[in-house]
Amino acid sequence: MAQAAAVAKSPPSRRRRSATPRRLPYLLIAPAGLLMLGFIAYPVISVFYYSLQHYNPTKPWRNGFAGLDNFVTAFTDDPDFWSTLGFSLQWVVVQVVLQLLLGLGLALVVNQTFVGRGMARALVFSPWAVSGVLTSAVWMLLYNSQTGLTRYLADAGIGSYGTSWLSDTATVFPAVVTAELWRGVPFFAILILADLQSVPKDLYEAAEVDGASRLRQFLHITLPHLKDAIILSTLLRAVWEFNNVDLLYTLTGGGPAGETTTLPLRIASIAVDSHDFGYASALTSIAFVILLFCSMLYLRLSKFGGDAK
Amino acid sequence: MTVKEARSTDLAGTTAPASAPGRHRAVPAPPQKGRAWDDVPRWQIYVPLGVYLLFTLVPFYWMLLFAFRPAGSTSLVPWPLTLEHFDKVWNERAFATFFQNSLLVGVASMLMTTVVALAGGYALARFNFRVKQGFMLALLCSQFIPGALMLVPLFEIFANLRMINSLGSVIIAETVFQLPLTMILISGFIKNVPMSLEEAAWVDGCGRFRAFCAVVLPLLRPGLIAVGSFAFVHSWNHFLFALMFLSDQGKQTIPVGLATLMGADSVDLGALAAGGVVAALPVVIVFAFIQKWLVTGFSAGAVKG
Repeated sequence: MAQAAAVAKSPPSRRRRSATPRRLPYLLIAPAGLLMLGFIAYPVISVFYYSLQHYNPTKPWRNGFAGLDNFVTAFTDDPDFWSTLGFSLQWVVVQVVLQLLLGLGLALVVNQTFVGRGMARALVFSPWAVSGVLTSAVWMLLYNSQTGLTRYLADAGIGSYGTSWLSDTATVFPAVVTAELWRGVPFFAILILADLQSVPKDLYEAAEVDGASRLRQFLHITLPHLKDAIILSTLLRAVWEFNNVDLLYTLTGGGPAGETTTLPLRIASIAVDSHDFGYASALTSIAFVILLFCSMLYLRLSKFGGDAK
Repeated sequence: MTVKEARSTDLAGTTAPASAPGRHRAVPAPPQKGRAWDDVPRWQIYVPLGVYLLFTLVPFYWMLLFAFRPAGSTSLVPWPLTLEHFDKVWNERAFATFFQNSLLVGVASMLMTTVVALAGGYALARFNFRVKQGFMLALLCSQFIPGALMLVPLFEIFANLRMINSLGSVIIAETVFQLPLTMILISGFIKNVPMSLEEAAWVDGCGRFRAFCAVVLPLLRPGLIAVGSFAFVHSWNHFLFALMFLSDQGKQTIPVGLATLMGADSVDLGALAAGGVVAALPVVIVFAFIQKWLVTGFSAGAVKG
């Protein structure tokens, strides 16, 4: 009983202890705050700063204030900028749409009750844990022209020997999209499955009493419930796919003939190969603004957090 | 989802993960037998599942096949079994060193991320302070900041700190980019622990820190294991920071080693496959360990905020 009384009195006692707590929250977030200031905020600012500079450690005589030169070059004098930006958009849209559809389907399937469900979930989700480089390695083994899938298909009379889907401009896009889907679908499946757990079951029962078909139950109960999770996960994924360079860098290196070079991949190669940090920073700033703008637009258009729940 | 619901799924999910979905299903609806949603014809489950399993598993099988069959073989079963490729990557291609480095980076950034995020997450969950809103906003915004596009300035910073070619640079970079999400998740976990538990410990004479260690920490354990494992898997897998900041071969990590194998003029497929198996092994073990918490962990923290 004494304890109950003490618990009831605890809020004032908390305030009495507040000699330390006044500063305590600041002390607690300080390590995280400082790390983020130093290694996220400062780099962001310096990217914007360098984008206005000619800055190339290998050509120090040209370094100095550039004004908007780098941006002018990007927009008017660099056809690769537009083509890599175009490919980035194509890459993001195709990946996110396919990953979402397959992930949603997969989540609905493994959300059912059936024998072997736990094992099935573990297996289909497993590529989630695998890195982009490992994904490249695995698919390079599958796609190689000598002992890859095409050889065995040719043995079976389909296609011809010695073809490599990765070096042919006609097949390279579906080939890399498939490889990235292999790793990317589980992300959506996991998040959507998590959200499916929280759909109130009585809604389905009510719908069934009313004679609603399964398709209608899906469209009118499941989908509206998943709306916020879908919006948020597609947005995070779009940003992630836009920025992700591991897979394309190692699987195709942006080739053949620059067919699969995204904007970040080009930025990385400018920074690594020609050390033109000023121009790379300008492209980074542009990518950054595009991402921010598209994210805002997407959240606005999709009415995130709106009526559905 | 209300706080109470979130807590019940979270705690139930993290302590008894396997039963969580089943439990959910069982609680509210005794007449569930008649639900159409559960009466899906079996083939509508097993056919799509089988097709998708094939898509998932064939690439894995292909890797094992190449890793274990002798060079030059075209057999579709890895027989006769050979370990020559493993011997080659582990000893000749220095994967033993890469493995050590990756392990060090993975464990160190996991510990740093978890400890720093735990402190920050506690502050966000338990206090109201002036910069809290702004800080939360910064955490969310940082999700849109591409690590890949920060390479140039980060390189400069680490060069100034004389940390290029030291694993410390990669450990810091991995930690920093995982902190925001980890902190959001952990503060969600802490919010789910009733304040009254902590207050009861204060009344019993514990200081804030002791009360936290004795009461809150044990309840957070499943959640911390989950986010710690995410952090480990992420740093184990991450490629770009190691590629940029570590040029010395003796300092490189497994993904960089793999990329080097792929970048060779004539790729040694057997060695590549064996390297892939070495790269996959730790994350597969960690994944097998956490996958049951994955679904419930995300439903409690990530998307719902």
